[in-house]
This record gives sequence, C-alpha cells and structure tokens, in this order.
Amino acid sequence: MAALEIIFTASLWAAALRIASPLIFATLGELICERAGVLNLGIEGIMTVGAFTGWFTVYMGGDLWVGVAVAAASGAAFGLLHALLVVPLGLSQHVTGIGITLLATSLTSYVYRVSLPEVTSPPKIEPFQPLAIPGLSEIPFLGQALFNQTPLTYLAFISVALVAYILYRTPVGLAVRMVGENPAAVEAQGIDVTLLRIGAVMVGSAFMALGGAFLTMSAFNSFYFDMVNGRSWIAIALVVFGSWRPGKALLGAILFAAFDAYQLRLQQIVAGIPYQFFLMLPYILSILALVTMARRAGYPRALMIPYRKGER
Amino acid sequence: MSDVMDGQPGDVVLRLAGISKSFGSLKANDGISFELKRGEVLALLGENGAGKTTLMNILFGHYVADAGEIIAFGRALPPGSPRAALEAGIGMVHQHFTLADNLSVLDNIVLGTESLWSWRSQGGAARQRVAQLAADFGLGVNPDARIADLSVGERQRVEILKALYRNARILILDEPTAVLTPQESEGLFATLEKLVARGLAIIFISHKLHEVLAVSERVLVLRQGRLVGGRETKGATRQDLAELMVGRPIPLPKVEPQAAGTELVRLAQVTIAGSHGRNELQSVDLSLREGEILGIAGVSGNGQATLADLLSGLAAASAGTVTLLGDTIGEADAAAMVRRGVGRIPEDRHAVGLIGDMSITENMIAERYREQPFSRHHLIDWQAARNFSQGIIAGFDVRCPGPHATARLLSGGNMQKLILGREMAGNPKLILAAQPTRGLDIGAVGYVHEQLLAARKRGAGILLISEDLDELLTLSDRIAVIYRGQLSAPMIRADFSVQQIGLMMAGHGFAQHEAGHAA
Amino acid sequence: MRLEPRLETPWVLWLAAPAAAIGASLLIAALLVLWSGADPFGVFGLVIKGALGSQFALFETLTRATPLIFTGLAAAVAFRARLWNIGGEAQFYGGAIMAALLGTGLLPLPAPILIPILLIAGALAGALLLLGPTLMKTRFGVDEVVTTLLLNFIILLLVSFLLEGPLKDPMGMGWPQSRKIIEAAQLPKIIAGKRLHLGFALALAMAALVWFINTRTIHGYEMRAVGFNARAARFAGMKVDLVMVKVALLSGGLAAMAGVSEVIGLKGNLTLDLSPGFGYAGIVVAMLAMLHPLGVVAAAIFVAAMFVGADAMSRQAGVPNYIAHVMVATALLTMVVGMLFTRFRLRWT
Repeated sequence: MAALEIIFTASLWAAALRIASPLIFATLGELICERAGVLNLGIEGIMTVGAFTGWFTVYMGGDLWVGVAVAAASGAAFGLLHALLVVPLGLSQHVTGIGITLLATSLTSYVYRVSLPEVTSPPKIEPFQPLAIPGLSEIPFLGQALFNQTPLTYLAFISVALVAYILYRTPVGLAVRMVGENPAAVEAQGIDVTLLRIGAVMVGSAFMALGGAFLTMSAFNSFYFDMVNGRSWIAIALVVFGSWRPGKALLGAILFAAFDAYQLRLQQIVAGIPYQFFLMLPYILSILALVTMARRAGYPRALMIPYRKGER
Repeated sequence: MSDVMDGQPGDVVLRLAGISKSFGSLKANDGISFELKRGEVLALLGENGAGKTTLMNILFGHYVADAGEIIAFGRALPPGSPRAALEAGIGMVHQHFTLADNLSVLDNIVLGTESLWSWRSQGGAARQRVAQLAADFGLGVNPDARIADLSVGERQRVEILKALYRNARILILDEPTAVLTPQESEGLFATLEKLVARGLAIIFISHKLHEVLAVSERVLVLRQGRLVGGRETKGATRQDLAELMVGRPIPLPKVEPQAAGTELVRLAQVTIAGSHGRNELQSVDLSLREGEILGIAGVSGNGQATLADLLSGLAAASAGTVTLLGDTIGEADAAAMVRRGVGRIPEDRHAVGLIGDMSITENMIAERYREQPFSRHHLIDWQAARNFSQGIIAGFDVRCPGPHATARLLSGGNMQKLILGREMAGNPKLILAAQPTRGLDIGAVGYVHEQLLAARKRGAGILLISEDLDELLTLSDRIAVIYRGQLSAPMIRADFSVQQIGLMMAGHGFAQHEAGHAA
Repeated sequence: MRLEPRLETPWVLWLAAPAAAIGASLLIAALLVLWSGADPFGVFGLVIKGALGSQFALFETLTRATPLIFTGLAAAVAFRARLWNIGGEAQFYGGAIMAALLGTGLLPLPAPILIPILLIAGALAGALLLLGPTLMKTRFGVDEVVTTLLLNFIILLLVSFLLEGPLKDPMGMGWPQSRKIIEAAQLPKIIAGKRLHLGFALALAMAALVWFINTRTIHGYEMRAVGFNARAARFAGMKVDLVMVKVALLSGGLAAMAGVSEVIGLKGNLTLDLSPGFGYAGIVVAMLAMLHPLGVVAAAIFVAAMFVGADAMSRQAGVPNYIAHVMVATALLTMVVGMLFTRFRLRWT
C-alpha cells in the first residue's frame, strides 16, 4: 500500500510544516483580531501585500530580515486602516474587510506593474534557505521533518507559543481576551477599548502579512498575482476549528497541511482522478471543519459587535 | 485600606458643579450641583428618565458633560476618562454589569489594575487580596468561578469587589437592588454599612422610596434632569419623597375585584430543555383564566424568558402539555400564537418588540402583513397599513412625527405604546406581558398599567412577568414565583407577603434548590 | 469625538455619500498616477474618453455593465437581508457552466424556448450554490462569508476540470475553453453589429423586478425585516430561515444570470477568465448603490465605465489598468463611511 506508506515518510511531514507555515501566521493573525472582537476579512489582501512588500524589499537589495520587517509593517498599516473603519466608526466588518482585501490586492498589482513595467516573467530573489538545527536535525525522522526548515517556519512556531503566552499569562493578553468578550467591562476598568482593539488588529494584520511573506521569501522565490489563492479563507476556517485558541489552531493548521501534502503525493499515485478534485480538497475540508465545529465553538461574545463609547 | 482611613468624617470628597448634558433636544442633566461627604450614603432619587444614570456616567467618564466641573478630593477630574475617575478613587457598579461572562472572577477584578505591559500577570497576591476584601465586607465569591456560572447577586458582589480592589473611596451604585431579592438587598445594605464605617462615601441611585429611606443619610431628588430637592433622610416619609420625585401626587392604579372566568391556558408538567443539560423550565404547572392577572415573580434569569418564549411561540415544550383555549400547542410557531389570540409584549422592546430601522407603519403590520386588508396576492396595500398605524398612533397617544417615522428614534414610552397598540388591536384573549414597564418613566408606567387593567376588565387573561415586586403586588390577582425553572403554586391576593415571596425568590421551598446544595 | 444618531437625514447627504466616494477614489487615483510619473488630468481625460467618448465606448461600457448589474443586484438583495453572499464568482460560473452545458448542442431547441431554459437552468444552478452556505448558516450557524468565499475557489476548479474534460473544445488547440454555443442559444444584439446584447435589457428588467419585490410585496418586506432585525422578525411570526432561503435563491439566481448572459450574449463559450472578478465587483456596485436596485444600474454603469476607460487609457498612456480596481475599492470604502454619516453625525467633545 504505497498510499499508506507515504504517511510515515519524513518528507511528507517536512512538507506539511512548510505548507502549514503561512497558514499558521495567517491563522494566528486572524485569531488575534477576532479575540479582540474584530473579524478581519482584509486578510487575503493583507497577505498579498505582505507577499509583495517582503519580496520587493529583497529584490531592491534589502536583507531578507529587513524584508520580513517591511512585510509586517505594511500588514500592520492595512490593519490600521481596517481597524479605524470598524472600531471607532463601527462600520460593517464584513463589507469593510472585503473592501480592504480588494484595495490591498489592487494596490499591490498596480504598484508591481508601475515598479516593474518591463518584466515579463516575475523576477526571482534568493529566498530563505533551510536551517538545520545542530544536533536536533540529526534525530532520525523527526530531525528531517521538524528541524531542517527555513527560519520563517521556526518563527511561525515561536510566534504561536509567544502569542499563547501573551494571551493567557500577561495583563495585555487578558485585556484583549476581555475586550472580545465584553468591551464595556474593559472600559469600566479604565482601559481604552478603541486603542486596544486597533492595536490588536494591527498586530494580527502584521502576522497575516508574514504569512504572505513566507510565500515569496521561503516557499517560492518570486511574486505573482493571486498567489495567496484563498489560503486566508482557509485560515479563517482554522480559527473556528481551533476554537480561537492558538495551540488548537496550530494543531489544526498542521493537520490541514499534512492532509494537503498527502493529497499532493497521492495525486502522483492515484490515476484517473483529475487533479482539480485534489486541489478542491483543502477548500472542502475547510467547509467541513466549519460545519462540524461551528455549533460547539466558543466564539468571542463581542465578535463583530461594534462598541461605541457612550452609546445610548 | 489605610488610605481609606485618612481624613475626617464629614470632609467633602466629591463636588459636582453645574453639570449639564443634552442629547439632541433632550436636556438629560441641567445645571446639577451637589457635594458628597466622607462616610455618608447619599441617595440619588428620581424616576426613570430623570437623568440619574446620565449624571453618574458623566461622573465616571463614560460621557463628557456639556458644562460643569467635577472635583474629587480637591482636584478637578479630567472629563471623559474612566481611567481618571478610577485613579481618583471613584468606583462604579453599573446597573447592567460590566463583566465578561466567559472569564473568571479574578480576571474580571484584576483587569486594568496593573501595567498592561508587564510580562507576567500577578497571581497569588491578587487572589489573597480579593479573599481578604471578600471576608472583610461579606462579599463571598469563588475567585476562580466563571462569571457565567454565578447568580445575579454574586455578580454584583464581583462588581463591588472590583471597585474595592482598586481602593475606591467613592462608590456609585446604579439601581443596585433592581435585580436582587428583598433578602439579597438586605445583605447588600449590610455591606454598604461596613463600607461607610471604613470611611467610604457612597452614592446610591434608586427609584424605590423605601430603600432610599432605609439606606441613606441624605437624599437628593432629580426630576427631568434638574435637582429639585434635597434633605436629610431622617424624618422624611415616602409621601414627601414621592411628590418631590414626580412633582405631583401619583395615582395608584385601582384594581377592582372581579371573578375570573373560564380557563384560557394550562401548562401541565411542562419542561423545556436547555443547553448544558440543565432544564430551562422544569415540570411547570400553570393555569390562567379569563379576567385575571397572574403575576410571575423571580430574580432575573430563573426561566422567565423561557416561559415568555413558550407563550410567544418561540419555544416548544420538550415534555408536558400546553393547552391554549382548548387546543394543545405543539411546535413553536409565533404566527400561530398571534392567530390564536395571544397578545405578546416582549421583555426587550428595542431588540425584539420593534424593528428599529423600519417605520412605524412597517412595524405595526409586522404580525398581520399576510392578512387582508394589509396584503392581497402577496402585494402589500400600504394605504391600508398607514391607516392602521395612524389609528394606533391616535388611539394610544403615541408622540411621533407620523407613521413614516423610524421606530428607533422614539422614546421608550412611545415604543411601548406602539407595541401595546399593535397587540391590543387584535383584541387578544390572552396577554403575555414580560417586564412591560421596565425602564419607562412614571407617566408611561401608569399608562401601561391602565391598559392592562382595562384588558382584564373586558375579560382578557394576563400573564404578567416582572422583576418589580411592587408592580406585581399592585396588579396581580395571583402571584407565582419562578426559581431555577420551577414555578411555585400561586398565592392569592389575600395571602400576598413580601417576606414570603422574597424567600421563595431566593429558592426557599423549591425541591431542586435543596438538591443543588446537597450536591 | 463621538457619533450621534441623526433624527433626520438631509437629502443632500444621500447624494453626498456617493459624491464623496467618487471624489476620494479620484484623489487616491490621482496620487497613484502622479507617482507613476504620468499626468493625472491627462490620464483621467483618457479614462473618460475611453468610457464615454464615442458611441463605441458608450456601448462597450454598457456591455461591461450588464454582468455587473446582475451581480450588483445579487449582492444588494442578499446584503439587504444581512446574508453576506461573497460567492458571486461561484454563482456566476454556476450559471455559465449551465449555459455551456446545455447551450452547446445538448438541447436542439429553437431560440425562444432554448434561451429561457438556459437562463432558468443557470439561475437554478446559482441559486443552489448559495442555498448550501445559507442552510449551513441557518442550520449549523456557519458564517456564510467564509463558505461562499471558499466555494468560489471550488467552483473555479470545477470549471477548470470541465474545460479540460467533458466540456473541452476539440478545436480549441489546447486552450481551456468550451465549444461555442449553438446559434439558437445566442442572445440577440440590441443593435445589429454592436456588442451590446439583450442581456442588458434583461438586467434592467431584473432591477425593476427586484425594486418591485422590495417595495410592494410581502416577500420584500420580510427580507428587509429579517435583515434589519432577525430576532424581532422571528418574534413577529416571520419564518426567518425560510426568508433566508428565499433571499439565497433570488440572490444566487441573479448572480448566475450574469454568467449565462456573458456566455450566450457576449463570449459564446465558457473560459476560465470569463469573469474578471464580476462577483466581487458586484459587492462594490451594491454598496455604491446603497443597496437600492435602481441605484445598482447607475453604480454598475459607473464601475463599468472605470474599467472600460482604464483599459483604453492603459493602452495609450501606459498607466496600469489596475488603477481602476484601486479606484473601485477606494470608492467602496469611502461609500460605507459616507453611508454611516447619513445615519450619524460627528460630534467633537
């Protein structure tokens, strides 16, 4: 049974972590926003912006890590725009989010075309290379699967731990969780709801942009339009699947990516099924995850409910 | 608590000078000035809509005053900043609790008391301090419990602990007894005494005269946004305060005795399952006859909403039978309830009773738009609809620009009149009135009571669900108490006793209560 | 600073919102054009000339507006009831697939019978594509935004499969495209020799129909009531889930008619690039129209003019035509802000 043996290959799991990395960043970013009570449907556009700005910085001669920082900052900038519209103004988070995605995507396309008018095929950069962790990468199976990844994948995992720690162990994390449950409770304790939410959306959006940057700076080495290709919507499903908890969301992203990596390999073995159906699987899986989890998910109580100070 | 001990009794701790605030054309506060002294309970009395809550929201920084100044402990308070109010030692227990249900008691208390940017939350020290405060002031509550699992009384204790944890020296309580049983209220008053003895100053907001008389040393009366009087509580009578509060003698609704007719509705062993394996209603028996008002007393959240949903056609019984006018009711069907002649006044008129963004006309036909004359062959006859709502506006004295006006822009009293008009238009045999006067000013309250009594007179049966015990005692022919989804046997008017009802509201005499404590 | 509800909205404000939206998007676009090194006034001149400057341009704009009216109506109907249908792309392709499936010879019927069948079959496909997410919303509480978005990707892959498999054009020289539809399936042109086809008239008729449903029928009344306040609607006795289903069928059907109309009115076959984002642009159209069905027609023509004009400008001035997408997205965001100020006023405190 070749189809089953694949599951026990280290290369499958190494690929799974690679595929999971952008999803982890994006899911974590959306999770932070939603924990603060803000749905961020700008995620697809913000990932696209991150993918472009990170890559372009390196293409223009910047250091890879400078590219990462630029991507995060540009993500935060679009997050700020989204937050300004939906937090103090209280606009529909659905419509605004879609608007941010359209704006970010089209701006990226425009800037790309203006900046690189002559190129026909997308120019390449020298992306992040796998970094074998001394010692750990020698462990059979695990070493190859876990400890021979690019730095951004390690960063994704560290981010999950960091965000989980901040959310559950620090005062600011408590405030973020509380503002997603009941903003009035936060204001009554003297904390500015508007600033807190804006901050959370900016940080979350920075993570989303890192997810995009992973695509151009780690998974591939160039930027092309539509490269995010709906990954962000899968990330939104993963937030629900993970019940708004970073650890569970991480697990969900890895499971999901493992499945994706598995179907890619299965395509080469199983003949007769058109490849499009394999490609549909991630999206179908996301819908199934939503359907099974939606009822039991403990969503933040104030999610998508605008808070206006002094509203009567 | 050492800082609380500073100063002398009688020192002025808080001074409000000329506070004014308008919302559109409404003057919610008009030039209000007063002082609060250390170690006193100052009652702020006024009916709904008099501007009490607005004033306290200004004091606490939720709103910014149009004019005026607040001086706390000799220093001017920057406007519009709850943080500044908290730092000045002002704590507030809101009428609607500001707690996050999914988080623990401790989380709710410590939020915002430490720098947001510290790398670790304080754990043990905070827990110890909360336990100490709870013991000192009789505010026992488990610090690790989730707020959602607490009773209303316990949640209020958390709110008070929140203020004390921050060393509040001035405590504002906005209608704190509205949600408590009479006995729980006594417990709260005992806590307040302990706080005052420690040197706190308390502002106690209420519209209940007997409480004000029981708890305060001084009382200020607000009417239509203005301070209309103030006096020592000692020696004051209910009558003095009532006339000061309303500005005219209040007529008590007259309930003439009348014999009840045939049975309209019967609930036999009705159970409604809820989430988390707990039943929302547990084996409820109830019978309501023509021409009587059956009052349902209880602390908020004990199954009143589910009982109302059942008779509104929004929930169905999981076990037991509901018989309405001789028919057995099966599935939940709100439209069928309307057709059967049930008039339904919902608890939340903003979110459920009316569609705020639609016009009055559109709201008035919401229950009958499928019937003639409002529609024919799927087409709406807007002229007929307008005439109908015109009639309700005139017949129920609704103050509004016209039937085209958007519902959400009306006052609470006018909204309730519209709902009454819509429901009464069908000449209902059975009327379900859930908290029909909550939040209304005294004029509107009187109007609603009049309408209910008129309906009773013409033979309608009325199920009156209310958290206002005074209202129930005044209007009801019989009163039953609801506690954790169980309904007591009703007592008749001659046997009404506040003590007895209060104890039952706290669970005395209910089977599951004892079982719950044993477990 | 805080927002205060308005008691009355002056009528100028209703016009100010779209005006501000257009103004803001022009300003942003001007800055972007400047940055690219071109002259904004020259560029805007070319855009207007390209969109409206000749009879050809005008017809081209109306042709491009046709699918946008359909998808705009679809979004307006759904959003009015707070059903967040972001799956316009999927429904568009659902309709287009049916047109290609049934219109390429499978049903050898005369035009007066075949064309209505294609439109109805397409609309049904689109309706079903939205029904799924809607039932998931009403039954399981799944947010329909994500499911409709995900369906867009699934359906596009389905189209890709069909074009490489069952619907592949044997004469297509390897291009992923379906065979041409038969002559009886073709929508007549409004004026002989021009590209503008009867789909445009059909779109106008649909706008009028939706307007009629909204204002005169109990169904439109229910849809608005549910959208404004589902709890109150349920309390009043409306079957909220059933209303949602009706909304879904209408909205999905309308978006799918755009796909049918593009295949049988304009392109003649199904391709992978049949929709350059008509589904998403429909959302913008609906918002610019403040969800009013007749406003949708005007907004669709405006958005189409931007796209057509930008294409023409791009060929002459070399400024990327993505500038039109930026302008449309900016218009959407400023429009929602503008609509806010029709309900609230800003108070400085």
